[in-house]
Order: sequence, then C-alpha cells, then structure tokens
Amino acid sequence: MKKVKADPKGVLTGVHYLDGDYAIAEGALAAGCRFFAGYPITPSTETAERFAARIPKVGGVFIQMEDELGSIAALIGAAWGGKKAMTVTSGPGFSLMQENIGLACMMETPLVIANVQRGGPSTGLPTLAGQQDIMQARWGSHGDYEVIALAPDSPQECFDLTIEAFNLAETYRVPTFIMTDECVGHMHEKVVIPPAEEIEVVERKWYTGPKDKYLPYKLDKDGIPFMVKAGDGYRFHTTGLTHDERGYPVINAECQDWCVRHLCDKIRKNADKIIILEEDETDTAEVIVLSYGITSRVATRAVQKARDEGIKVGTLRLITVWPFAEKRIRELAPKVAAFVVPEINYGQIVFEVERCAAGQAKVIHVPHCGGWVHNPEDIYKAIKEAVK
Amino acid sequence: MTEIRFSGFGGQGIIRCGLITGKALALYDNKHATMNQSFGPEARGSACSSQLVVSDDRVLYPYITQPEILVAMSQEAYDKYEPELREDGILIIDKDLVKPRPPRGKIKLFAIPATRFAEELGNRIIANLVMLGFFTAVTKIVTPDSMKKALPGLVPDRFLELNLKAFDRGYEYGLQVLAEKEKGQTKGKASAKKSKAKK
Amino acid sequence: MKAEDRLEERNPIEDLLRMDRIPHIWCPGCGIGTVVTSFAEALKKTDLDLDKVAVVSGIGCTGRVAGYIKLDSFHTTHGRAVAFATGLKLANPELKVVVFSGDGDLAGIGGNHLIHAARRNMDLVVICVNNFNYAMTGGQVAATTPLEANASTAPYGNFEFPFNLPFLMEAAGATYVARWTALHLRRVTMSIMEALQRKGFSFIEVITPCVTLYARRNRLGDGLNLLRYYYDNSEIQHGADTRQLDISFQGKIIVGKFVDKDKPTFLDAMNQHFTRVLGDDYQLYGRINHDRD
Ligand code: SF4
Repeated sequence: MKKVKADPKGVLTGVHYLDGDYAIAEGALAAGCRFFAGYPITPSTETAERFAARIPKVGGVFIQMEDELGSIAALIGAAWGGKKAMTVTSGPGFSLMQENIGLACMMETPLVIANVQRGGPSTGLPTLAGQQDIMQARWGSHGDYEVIALAPDSPQECFDLTIEAFNLAETYRVPTFIMTDECVGHMHEKVVIPPAEEIEVVERKWYTGPKDKYLPYKLDKDGIPFMVKAGDGYRFHTTGLTHDERGYPVINAECQDWCVRHLCDKIRKNADKIIILEEDETDTAEVIVLSYGITSRVATRAVQKARDEGIKVGTLRLITVWPFAEKRIRELAPKVAAFVVPEINYGQIVFEVERCAAGQAKVIHVPHCGGWVHNPEDIYKAIKEAVK
Repeated sequence: MTEIRFSGFGGQGIIRCGLITGKALALYDNKHATMNQSFGPEARGSACSSQLVVSDDRVLYPYITQPEILVAMSQEAYDKYEPELREDGILIIDKDLVKPRPPRGKIKLFAIPATRFAEELGNRIIANLVMLGFFTAVTKIVTPDSMKKALPGLVPDRFLELNLKAFDRGYEYGLQVLAEKEKGQTKGKASAKKSKAKK
Repeated sequence: MKAEDRLEERNPIEDLLRMDRIPHIWCPGCGIGTVVTSFAEALKKTDLDLDKVAVVSGIGCTGRVAGYIKLDSFHTTHGRAVAFATGLKLANPELKVVVFSGDGDLAGIGGNHLIHAARRNMDLVVICVNNFNYAMTGGQVAATTPLEANASTAPYGNFEFPFNLPFLMEAAGATYVARWTALHLRRVTMSIMEALQRKGFSFIEVITPCVTLYARRNRLGDGLNLLRYYYDNSEIQHGADTRQLDISFQGKIIVGKFVDKDKPTFLDAMNQHFTRVLGDDYQLYGRINHDRD
C-alpha cells in the first residue's frame, strides 16, 4: 500500500460550515476522486451538485447518467480507465446498483458509493431518515462477496470517512460504501479540511513489472492483485465470470472456489486492520449501547440519563459497519449483561450482534421503522430493561 | 447549551437564518453549532423551520427538544412552534405578521416589523436579515461581527451590501428595543436617540 | 504491431486474438466470428495505437467477443457495456473505446444507455451484432425480432413491433450510423475503420446469422442459406431515410451508411462549454493524462 499526500488541487483547506452531503463531495475531492457519475435522488443529490460545481475547477469529470445502473457501470469503467471514482445515491438507487456492485467485486474494482439512507422499502420516505439499507450493503448483490461499509455520524466524519473509504477501496480493491443517512446528510456543522500535506491518500496498487508477465488476478504477497489501467499496453482481460489469474473465464467449481474464496478472504482476513470502532466505558459496562450513524448521537441522551442514575452503560459505535466487529462483540459478550441495539430499521445489525453474542449476553433491539430518529426515551427504557 | 428555532413560511429565507447563525457561531464565535432544517416530521404544511443547537462542547444530541429561542416570521409558524418554547424562553416575532397570545410564564417577547423594514430598504426578500440583526441584538447569543462575517457565500455576492444594511437595520432596532425595555417604556425616546447616535 | 506482420499469410488477425482461448464457444456457421474478423482487419488497417484501443462487451453470444480480442478488454454485465464504456472513455480520453455486443444486450436491456450515449455523442464505436433473437439463453424473442418470426418465447410467432435500429440511433443523436449484413464483410471492415478514425458516437449494425437458434426455429436452413437470403434481399442505399429501414421477416434489408456528420463529442462540448463560461478557472480535461506519470 503506497500512501501519498493529497493533491492540493482537490483540497478545500479551511474551516467550513457544511452539511454531510457536501462534506462527502469534499472528502472525495480531497481523496483524489476525479470521476463522478450519478443520478439525482433525494436525499443524496446535494453531493452530486457539489461535485458538479467543484470538479471543473479541480480537473476531472462529472456526468449525470441516465440511471443508477449506468452510474455504477460508468464508475467501474472509470476505475479501469485509471481514475478514482464515486457515486452517491439513496435506497432505490442503491437497489438498482446491486448487480454491478457484484461486478465491481468480481473485477476487484476500487470505487466508492455513498448511500444517504432514507426510509424504505420502495419509494418509502424520500426526505426522511432510515438505516434500512445496512443489510443490503452487505448482501444486496447475488453470490458471495465482501465489501467495506462506513457509517459517519457528522459532516466532519462524512469528510474524513470518505477519504478513508477511498483509501480502503484502493488498498483492498473493493467497493466501499459510506452508509450515511438523511439526518447526517442534511445536518450542517463545522467541517475542518486540513492542508493537503496532512491528508494521506492511498495510491492504486499499480503493476510495474514486465508487460508480458502481467496477470490481472495473480495475488501479491498481501493477497491483493496488482492493477493496471486500460491504455497502458497490457492488453489484459477482465470479466464478471468466474476467472483465473489471467482474468480468463473458467466455469468450474475449482476455479469458483479459488476466485470467490479470495474475494471474501481478502476482507475477512484483514478485518482487524479495517475495522474502526469508537468505545466509551465498555470495559466497566453492565450494558453496552451499540449503534452507528445518527443513532449513536441520539442515544447519547439515553446513555447520559442512565449513567446519571448510576447504571454502568458503555457505548460502542460501529464506524465500520462492514466487515462486522465480530471479534470485539465476542470479547465483550461474556462481560456484559446486555447489548442494547437501537437502529432506524426493524432489525438488521441486531441480528449480527445476536449472532456474535451467541447467547452470552442479552440483546435488546430498539427498532424504529424510519422517518425520524429514535426518541431517546425508548433507548433509555431498553437500557433499564437490560439491567432489570 | 442553547436550542434555537427559526420559523416562518417557505421563501422567507428561514433555512438561511439557521445557516448564517450556525456558521457565525461555529466558525467565528468558537462554539459548536449544529443546524438542521426540518425534513423531520414537523416539516408539514407551509410552515418552514430550521433548528440550531449551540454549545461550548461538542453537540452530541443534534436536535432541539425545547428551544430557548423561537423566531417566528409567520402566524402559522408561531401557532405551531410557540407551545414548545420554554417557559423562560425568548420569543421573537415579525410584529406585522404574527399576532401573539398573551405571553406564557416568563417568556420574553421581542417584536420587530422586519418585513416592513425590508420593504423600506427596497426588497422584502431581506426581511430574514433584518430579523437576524434583531435576533443578534436581543439574544446576544452570537456576535454581530461574526454574523456579518458569515454572510459571504450564504447570500448572493451582488446583494451582500444590501443584506449587511438589512442586518444593521435590525440590529440597531434591537439595541433600541433593549434599551427601551431596560429603561422602561417612558424613557423610550431617549434610548432611541442614543442608538441613533451610534450610527 | 510491426509492419511486416501485415504480410503474414497464416492468420492475419491472430496477434489480435487471445489464441490461448481458442477454440471459441460460437457454433459452427455462426456469424459473430466473421464480424470479429472484420473488426480485427479494420484495426490492422488503421494507424491506431492498439495499446490505446479497448473493447467492452455485455452479455450474450456476442458479449463473448471481449474475451477473445487481445486488447484491453472488458466482459461486463448484461446491458451495461455502453455505460461502462462511457466511464472508461471519460476516465482515459486517449482511449478509443469499442463496444462490441449483441442486439439484446445493446437495444433490449441496455437500450437506455444506448440512446443516452448517442444523445451525448459520446466518443464510442458501437458494433451491434443483430441476430434477431436472444441466442445465449436459447432463442427468445428480442426487441429486433421481425414480425411473424418464431422464437422460443414467441412460439406462435412474434407480434411485437421491432426496433429499426438505425432510425433509433439517428433519432437519439448518433453521428455515424451504418448497417450491413454478415455477407458484406469488406463493407463492415470499412465502416468500422471509418468509425475508428472519427470522433463521436458511431453505431454499426451487422445483421448476422444465428444458425443454431433463429435459423433452425424458423426453418431457414443453414448459414449458407442465410447468406443467400442476405444476398438476394439486401440493397445498398447510402444515405437512405432511416425511417424506411424496418426489416420484415425474410424481407428486404436496406444496408449502407446512413448518417455521417460532425458534432462535438461529450468531452469536446464539455471543454468548450466550461472554457467559455469559467475561463481560466476551468481545468481543461483530457488533453494530458496525470494519472501515471
Ligand atoms: S447460438 Fe446463434 S448467435 Fe449464439 S453462437 Fe450459436 S449461432 Fe451464434
């Protein structure tokens, strides 16, 4: 993994008052993203608008595609054309992208998709918040694969984690998602954009060896193949079909085992390196409130109230939602009475927590079907129930 | 921590009010300020609102529950949001557009003909800036310099001068009203002179 | 490619094929391979730096083309080849990007991308092998199946009006539109050459026999019978009114070059527009490649 300083052209150094959507666009530009293909959809459109306004002055391309199927396809093409590429969308658009998210995984294409989640299913609540696409981010495309997903809780984190998303996408050659939500997307806060020389960006893992020796999917020591871009004379092939090291289709179970196992293992085996968590008082906690995105901020009210009453409450925030913080939950489960899991959906991450707690701690879900954030009182009640 | 709601009807620049104040506080007054426009469940009808949570420390819970300050620029907004205002809160209204009920508890009422002043300055579109000037003066939650610094980028460049003028108009009126309140109704004339002298 | 290679007798296009993947999967008598040969010949006859030519295919029998061409080649998903190619071209403008796919992939499931790329005059060469049916999946009815023709999902004959692809493409804004049959291989080569050497959205339809499915199901005989049908029924009419180019079952096929006009490409229009409205603030795009210097 080669880290370099950010290209100052894309970095709007300074202190700004931005919403999460804008901050994502600024994060992308700072990370070196120079290609954006998108389709308007509430509540994510502001990111596209910001990108469209900024990119001509930075150097790069913004294209509004005919639909989200086209956006994601163009991103994959652009990545193979040598650019760092991203798109932004929300639930319905994310659904439309799923097939080619699989192609991006199969071709091991680095790219970033921000999903500013709204309430679903279907058209649902275009202007109101949800966290209902969390499982879709993990399992939305067909077949076995792994992705990385991050959940910012503020405009500042939208900026920071978008850079992180690009870095992870390049490091592991995998689609990386910013799973934010309408609340964070439309929330304005101070966003500090550091000078370019303080921003580290990961360069693509370019192949530099002899041309005739290049194999697009030959794994390097770190398990990640080298990449080239179209036009550099390698005359390589890549496909959505199960393929061997040469990138040639091989339609049998042996090759499938090699190919798919690799797609999953490159993330699973590096989970410890990828996962970022934010913990507070988890070591002494009787009950841990586990949440992500906007919900972790909403939960603070409930946590404070419970702590004021002497209840030992810890908090664990999933900054990285996928890969899931499996190891940490397994460590914590025997030490606590319960996990309280508020999320703006009718049960998604809670199932992962249950799986990893494996009966060693109670898991109490605080559902919310979308449209607004939790009433902190509901989370407080769950904490009380946990220590009953 | 202070919770503030700006409210009115669409087209009055209510979201801008939240943005300008939030930017002023967060960037120039060294505070933490989280601004949300109402996409939430309260965003129904023609009433429009933006909310601001201001704090010395990081704002964790990002929404207002019981604002200390309510700015209402329409009757509908007043009717809708007045009940959530704290008993000891500050209520600021456009006095030509809002007919308030007798004040509850210890709520302090400040009224300005913001839209009328804006029309006098040549364009009712800047009523929100008149209101912001007034708000800055009577609440003292944000400094006027920071508010003015926050304007570029949030109002069109070619209208920056006019917006600054509108802000000043509201600010001075606010000082005048404050002075009047302090000195009692009878000494109103004197304080009006005083604030004029400041010009 | 070295100049002397052009004189080689054995298989003049061998160096443009992934010989380690031959034999290919196409049926004996299938017309797709002949269009690939025409394409390879066209590539050889142009002065293009072949390292800068990329091929993108979707899914289907023709979708396999990308897998056999020894250039940078992408075998993508069903219908998305044109959108993929759009991203590829825009990310690296020095590329010549060729989309090589079938009628179902391009005009059926991918129809939206096709018309929008034409509208934008995206600098792409689209070679559309039209065999009147979905072949890879077993001969289902397509957006191009002539009325009355039989298909596995139109077992009583097709009653849906098919697309007239040249008309569709011209209407959508394509700046080069041609149609040939697998009988007109030299013409196909020439059209592809022209398209490779120009800028803008070029669309070349090649009516091609699917012997195994379309021909068999419609009792049209073998590949030779189909070529005879093309011979008897095709008529070259350059510049023909594209509205008149419908193809009826075993009816007349008007071929030729119908559209060839200049219009700024997406990237040219973008550069011109932003230079005009943003002046020096605009970072001209695509003349230099910053990425791997
Ligand atoms: S099924 Fe038809 S189109 Fe496909 S390879 Fe065979 S003949 Fe060609």
